[in-house]
Amino acid sequence: MTTVAKSPATPAGRRRAFGSVAGFLALCFGAFLFVFPFYYMVVGALQAEPDVSISGAFPPPGELSLTNFHTINERVPLLRALFNSVVYTGGVILGTLIIGILAGYALSRLRWRGRSLVLNLVLLTLIIPFQLLMIPMYVLIVRGWGLADSYLGMILPFLVNSTAVFIFRQFFMQLPEDMLDAARIDGASELRILTQIVLPLSKPAILTAALITFIGPWNEFLWPFLVTKKAEMQPLAVALANYISSVAASTANPFGAILAGAVVLAVPAVVLFVIFQRYFVESETSTSLKE
Amino acid sequence: MRSARYIGYLFILPYLTFLGLFLAFPLGFAVWMSFYDYFFAAPGAQVERPFVGLGNYHDLLLRDETFRTTLGNIFVFIAVNVPLTVALALVLAAALNARLPGQMFFRTSYYLPYVTASVAVVAVWGYLFFSEGLVNHILGNLAPHPSWLVNEFWAMIVIALLVTWKQLGYYVLLYLAALQSIPRHLYEAADVDGAGALGKFWNVTVPGLRPVTMLVVILSTIIGANLFTEPYLLTNGGGPVNQTLSPILYMYQIGIEQADAGYAAAIGVTMAIVVLAIAAAQRFVLERE
Repeated sequence: MTTVAKSPATPAGRRRAFGSVAGFLALCFGAFLFVFPFYYMVVGALQAEPDVSISGAFPPPGELSLTNFHTINERVPLLRALFNSVVYTGGVILGTLIIGILAGYALSRLRWRGRSLVLNLVLLTLIIPFQLLMIPMYVLIVRGWGLADSYLGMILPFLVNSTAVFIFRQFFMQLPEDMLDAARIDGASELRILTQIVLPLSKPAILTAALITFIGPWNEFLWPFLVTKKAEMQPLAVALANYISSVAASTANPFGAILAGAVVLAVPAVVLFVIFQRYFVESETSTSLKE
Repeated sequence: MRSARYIGYLFILPYLTFLGLFLAFPLGFAVWMSFYDYFFAAPGAQVERPFVGLGNYHDLLLRDETFRTTLGNIFVFIAVNVPLTVALALVLAAALNARLPGQMFFRTSYYLPYVTASVAVVAVWGYLFFSEGLVNHILGNLAPHPSWLVNEFWAMIVIALLVTWKQLGYYVLLYLAALQSIPRHLYEAADVDGAGALGKFWNVTVPGLRPVTMLVVILSTIIGANLFTEPYLLTNGGGPVNQTLSPILYMYQIGIEQADAGYAAAIGVTMAIVVLAIAAAQRFVLERE
């Protein structure tokens, strides 16, 4: 309460200072609630014997070990699962960048009939939940095309991230028309304009689109879970989930190994986010609120 | 520029092919399948898949007790998740908007769960909330019996809290962007009228954020209706007496585990209609006020 006493003696000033302190405390409390589970996940992963008491949340550094990582690696081949996650995620990012950039360019800088209709379709895809399509998609891809336990089967339904199409479209719209027209008068084809002029200027949009596309397949559970039954084809999220549901009943204290797997799954996304968070935040505001 | 016109179609073609194959076709297929007794069979085997008209819907809506339970569960989920999401996101965004020290750190920490896989998040929540977990250690005698995740009353509420926690950072950023676009003169006018901080929050900030609130309410309802991973993993596929069984988890059990794809498709179509109706109703109420 000393902060209140030090502030200007007017009632308004006093209220404002009190409001700031209350706001700051709310932010700190919120941050604690958000960060603590992550801290606890790492601590639990590093304790050979999970200690669930309150003091167990703050173990002396000497008691930490990598035992749990060895345990989970014996049950779930982490490198193989990570490799599968990388191929799955990489395929989706590649498809999104190639097809999404072409679509974004057509929806912003090329004139053709039906353009606004397709643009509305893009927005519509953003609200149709994948879960609704789960059963027919399974019949089509797994039963019809026989793509169970294949990377293609995992990738295809996610091949183009429509949010990324929208990000490209919004970014390309801002480029000056004169610059593109000058190239057109020089006789450059649209594909050449796109690759030689537009793309070199679009690095921030490409990075934003790649990052937000990354968190989709990297974290996705339901679809790859349906498609992959063989352990050696499962991405990490699926392999870990299967471990969780199979040991939940059988092992006395399975948490250490589960948490070690969770750390391996969470770290790539968290690190990318912390390094590139500026790009994540931009996508947020530009896709949801403009237009 | 005749060639430019045709090049536009060429550029959009791959994306349209994708939408056709993996959006339009499954959508139509879902509706079609829901009118048939569509079962999976062993590869190569020919099976009868008779047309049953609205039979699947009739059984689902009038006879299926389990489906009714899943709707009730989702109602509990939404009743906890949506108001909490709106209130917390609004308060945290307003506090962030005051430009206090540590902005960047706070933003980052609120957004962390959003970029983290549900499977990883479920792992640590399971560790926190199991019967011998840290939460019960802190609560001591106040801990519920049976413990959270095996408790008929609490299991769904814990899941609703988890999802609120996971998604909140996204909504905080939506609110923050909207807060920064509320015209300053509205606050100055309120100052002239002698409004306090709380009065300004209630009379200027909250109405100014109505469009975002609508978006947040609708998005979190859609996410709630599509709940799958959390109940499947955290409460062992449906929880105590199906109290965390979600419609989508039920659809998975029927359609994939029991191979009754036609009935599962009817669940999917019904849920899509329910969600659209709820979203439209929310929109109507929030816009009228």
